[in-house]
Amino acid sequence: MHTIWTIAKRELATFFDSLIAYIILVLFLGFSGFFTWLYGNDIFLVGQANLRLFFNIASWSLFFFIPAITMKMLAEERKTGTLELLLTKSVSDRQVILGKFLGSILLVCIALAATLPYVITVSNIGNLDNGGTICGYLGLLLLSTAYTAIGIFASSITTNQIVAFMTALFIGLFFHIIFGVLAHNFTGSLGQFFDTLDLQSHFESVSRGVLDSKDLVYFLSITVLGLYLGEWSLSKRHIS
Amino acid sequence: MDIQIEKLTKTYGPQKAVNDISFDVKTGEVLGFLGPNGAGKSTTMKMITGYIGIEKGDIRIGGKSVTDPESNFKRHIGYLPENNPLYLDMPIIDYLEFCAALQGVEKAKIKDRIREMIGLCGLNREKHKKIGELSKGYRQRVGLAQAMIHDPEILILDEPTTGLDPNQIIEIRKLIRDLGKEKTVILSTHILPEVEATCDRILIINRGTIVANGTPETLRKQAQGNEVLKVRIEDAEAQTIAKALSALDTVQDVDLVQQEENLFEVQSVAQQSSKRNIFNLCVDKKWALTELTPLETKLEDIFRNLTVN
Repeated sequence: MHTIWTIAKRELATFFDSLIAYIILVLFLGFSGFFTWLYGNDIFLVGQANLRLFFNIASWSLFFFIPAITMKMLAEERKTGTLELLLTKSVSDRQVILGKFLGSILLVCIALAATLPYVITVSNIGNLDNGGTICGYLGLLLLSTAYTAIGIFASSITTNQIVAFMTALFIGLFFHIIFGVLAHNFTGSLGQFFDTLDLQSHFESVSRGVLDSKDLVYFLSITVLGLYLGEWSLSKRHIS
Repeated sequence: MDIQIEKLTKTYGPQKAVNDISFDVKTGEVLGFLGPNGAGKSTTMKMITGYIGIEKGDIRIGGKSVTDPESNFKRHIGYLPENNPLYLDMPIIDYLEFCAALQGVEKAKIKDRIREMIGLCGLNREKHKKIGELSKGYRQRVGLAQAMIHDPEILILDEPTTGLDPNQIIEIRKLIRDLGKEKTVILSTHILPEVEATCDRILIINRGTIVANGTPETLRKQAQGNEVLKVRIEDAEAQTIAKALSALDTVQDVDLVQQEENLFEVQSVAQQSSKRNIFNLCVDKKWALTELTPLETKLEDIFRNLTVN
């Protein structure tokens, strides 16, 4: 655990050292803030004191920004050779993957914590549903773990950051949109199947305040599978 | 800690990068790993450090196999990979702290170890910079510092002196020699004088197999065979001298190198020396012996003989 924490801390420090963290934070806050407060179907138009709109927009921003956070994690280390130095220290492949995962989740948490002023503002305007808000944030966090795991897997299979970014986005696209579209187009058990795979519907049910173990299992399985595949892809160096 | 390597094999596709090699390294020994590019040096080092898996054979470190998940052998190894990869956007001190923490140095001791390493590797003036701002030589020192931060019993250095200036090279060689008294050191290099300056034993590998293994002296003896002397004798015709030299019973062959200067290369019969006989000959004939130098086979020649196919 100590090793995982050491790696996570370094990842986080690197984000802030190299300005990536600031750019991501500003873009995330700007993007979600703009659509929540200023543009189009904004919170004033809805006329209700809840943050459902924000959670919906934030889920889209995270969908784009998490691949940008995770793309360099293993791809760059592999390219510059630092991965060799890291893996010959007294660490296991799993600890490296988990450390990097934890590091990027912490960055996402910081980004989400920076949106707390939204909560304070809305709760001053009207009667905010506290349970719903907490569930909304929980939903965003669960969604982030799934996309981070996918991003880390995408980063582990290549030495090129752009390829890692596109791959993560491509895989994410299936969960974010395509499975949902397919679920609408098919009926019966096939439609049911795609509906189970659709991330949006699980996210919506969590952020609506319905905490179902099905949704938790869904997000955790994507996370575990992504991280496991990442570890597998690291360990491939032993046999090639 | 001793390292035993037994019948190690690694194939990349159709090519055998390392083919059935076995050797031992003992505590207090500096082993020089030589070979042309692509001979399998780095692959072997990567297997010892646990970066790539073992295909066939075994590596035992301190008696325990590296394939044993309980062995925790990485903690005893300090490794400087080829090309010295480092996190360029990290400050030196943070980086060393990160390495120390990963290698299990106790928290209370980390600061002291970092201070010691910065002193030992001469990084004091640069210590607050980011690694990316350093010149190549200083980066190499950071690479050495991170390898030694946890005071490992085994050091594996892949070309440790590349990019250093001559003064630094001498310092680092001395450092390696000093470390080698108590630790087990394997270093690979292309610079042959470096091997002679730092290593107790040389291992030359070519195309994945060991072609020579021994101290610099024994390798030289093996390669050299018969004694060869460079001789210059004055006060007589070159032809006369050559004839007289050939007549000596310990001399196998005489080569006139330079006619005007009466310079010869004299090869002796196996296992015998002709130095005394040549001297006595000159005394008898009242010739002046102005040069008598034994010709040593250079390490370069040994290396070329063994690795040029």
